[in-house]
Amino acid sequence: MTAVLEAHGLGRRYRRRWALSDCTLKIPAGQVVGLVGPNGAGKTTLLHLAVGLLQPTAGTIEVLGDRPAASPAQLARVGFVAQDTPTYSGLTVADHLRLGAHLNPGWDARTASDRIERLGLDPRQRAGKLSGGQRAQLALTLALAKKPGLLILDEPVASLDPLARREFLQSLMEAVVDQGLSVVLSSHLVADLERACDYLIVLIDSRVQISGEVDHLLGTHHLLTGPRRDPARLPEGQQVISASHTDRQTTLTVRSEGPIHDPAWVVSKIGLEDLVLAYMSRTVGAERRPALEVQR
Amino acid sequence: MIWLTWRQFRAQTVAAASLLALLAIAFAVTGPQLAHLYDTTVATCHTQHDCPIAINAFQSEDSFLQSLVRLVMLAAPALIGIFWGAPLIAHELEAGTQRLAWTQSVTRLRWLAVKLGLAGLASMAAAGLLSLMVTWWSGPFDRIGAGRMDPSIFSERGIVPVGYAAFAFALGVTAGLLIRRTVPAMAVTLAVFAAVVSGFALRVRFHLLPPVRLVSALNMSWVTQTGIGGPAGPNSLLVSITPNVPGAWISSSQVTTAAGSTSLGPPPPTCGANSTYSACTAAIGRMHLRQVIIYQPGSRFWALQWYETAIYLALALALAGFCVWWVRRRVS
Repeated sequence: MTAVLEAHGLGRRYRRRWALSDCTLKIPAGQVVGLVGPNGAGKTTLLHLAVGLLQPTAGTIEVLGDRPAASPAQLARVGFVAQDTPTYSGLTVADHLRLGAHLNPGWDARTASDRIERLGLDPRQRAGKLSGGQRAQLALTLALAKKPGLLILDEPVASLDPLARREFLQSLMEAVVDQGLSVVLSSHLVADLERACDYLIVLIDSRVQISGEVDHLLGTHHLLTGPRRDPARLPEGQQVISASHTDRQTTLTVRSEGPIHDPAWVVSKIGLEDLVLAYMSRTVGAERRPALEVQR
Repeated sequence: MIWLTWRQFRAQTVAAASLLALLAIAFAVTGPQLAHLYDTTVATCHTQHDCPIAINAFQSEDSFLQSLVRLVMLAAPALIGIFWGAPLIAHELEAGTQRLAWTQSVTRLRWLAVKLGLAGLASMAAAGLLSLMVTWWSGPFDRIGAGRMDPSIFSERGIVPVGYAAFAFALGVTAGLLIRRTVPAMAVTLAVFAAVVSGFALRVRFHLLPPVRLVSALNMSWVTQTGIGGPAGPNSLLVSITPNVPGAWISSSQVTTAAGSTSLGPPPPTCGANSTYSACTAAIGRMHLRQVIIYQPGSRFWALQWYETAIYLALALALAGFCVWWVRRRVS
């Protein structure tokens, strides 16, 4: 399995704050990868490092076997749709396509014009007059028509209404199937990624919490419900991700490679959203503990 | 990349080209008449001994166009810095479109090089064309007095406007890159450019070449004022002169004694309250006073122009180099 993106100890610091630290990651080819995490977790920093808009402060990153933005050829292999899908507001839709044609040697003019036509965009319209959804589609068209091997999208649907959001993701998935692309897609909403992604990376507090194929993650995480008991007394190989208690009942999110046979627990399947939330609540808890000690 | 630069720069180029064309028409209409008027009045005034009148009359010709030219030449480099330089990168950073531009199959170094190169050359070409037209049109005016060596005229003729335009443009780009917002970058560009250019004209330009120091016997026909209250005290002699060195930029002119002292001593007895002006000046003429004039002769016009232009071009190149370094290392 070849990696489209490989990072070792990757970190990026802004003045004194680390936006991303000690990130070691290997993203396999041919997948639609969801990068999920709360706002400010470092998703944009990671993606900007991957397309070469940022230089790492620590560690290394390789995308498609080369340093990001190392050469025009490397740039040509990676498509990028930035957050808020920037376009030149004074330029028309047709101007944007000419821009793409002039700046990308591998430009596929047919794909671009077909997509614009299918989307019903007026080529003479200025990009500044487009709706958010149309602008996102234009930015996606630019990124797809340069025929990249890897497409990276930074919160492409965050500012779209639910309908535009569904249409955007749908047209993205069609293109992925057509062109056989690898995709990395970030979002702070799991629901956006649930239908689209088959690989998930959870990034919280500038660190990668877990990454893996969605099916594998769902198969190795379990939601346990049972009478109240101490979660520390679980058998070897069962790692508690999050725990919540009422007076009589304990609910655990547990990671375990093997099946769970303890009859005291009711084992149920976990959804992707609950899984991500479990990791988020874990880091929040880790932050709170020292604060309590200070108060004492 | 050239296409994109042209597409983004099109409106500004068209605006500048139309302004230049309008000015060219105005010059073409009035220029030949001015030259003819100069040849028939000022150039021949010596024969009729009415030069001050002829010069005065000539200098008030086309006064509206003259003031417009002054204004345009003063403002053009600053406008280039403000409207072409400052938005070049600041506008991209403000709108976030550099994230689109820098992820096409063109390295950001090339992106910057093409933008800086094309827009910078356009700035210099526009300023050069403007200066060429103005230098031609103002030719007759510049043959009067200090002419084109006059500090305020010097910076509006010849090739220095090209240097100013390049510097203003690079300054605007740098300000936009560092401040990342268009309007504040425009303001900073204007302030820094005005400070540098006026500081240079006042303090540096005269010393680009070692000035000529002329020491000679006092030329009585240059004396414009005599009296008491000279530098030596309230009762000492004061003689001031206005040297007539055609086409020269005179920075100072002094009257000294034969020994070189600036205190001329008491006035001669014939310069009392009852004496005539001519008797007094005749007495001063017999004192063997000397004059010390420090100036840049008009023949050095082009040498000074080249030096000043080279300095501004070097400044512009240094700023452009800084922009390249900053874009490669620091910006995202």
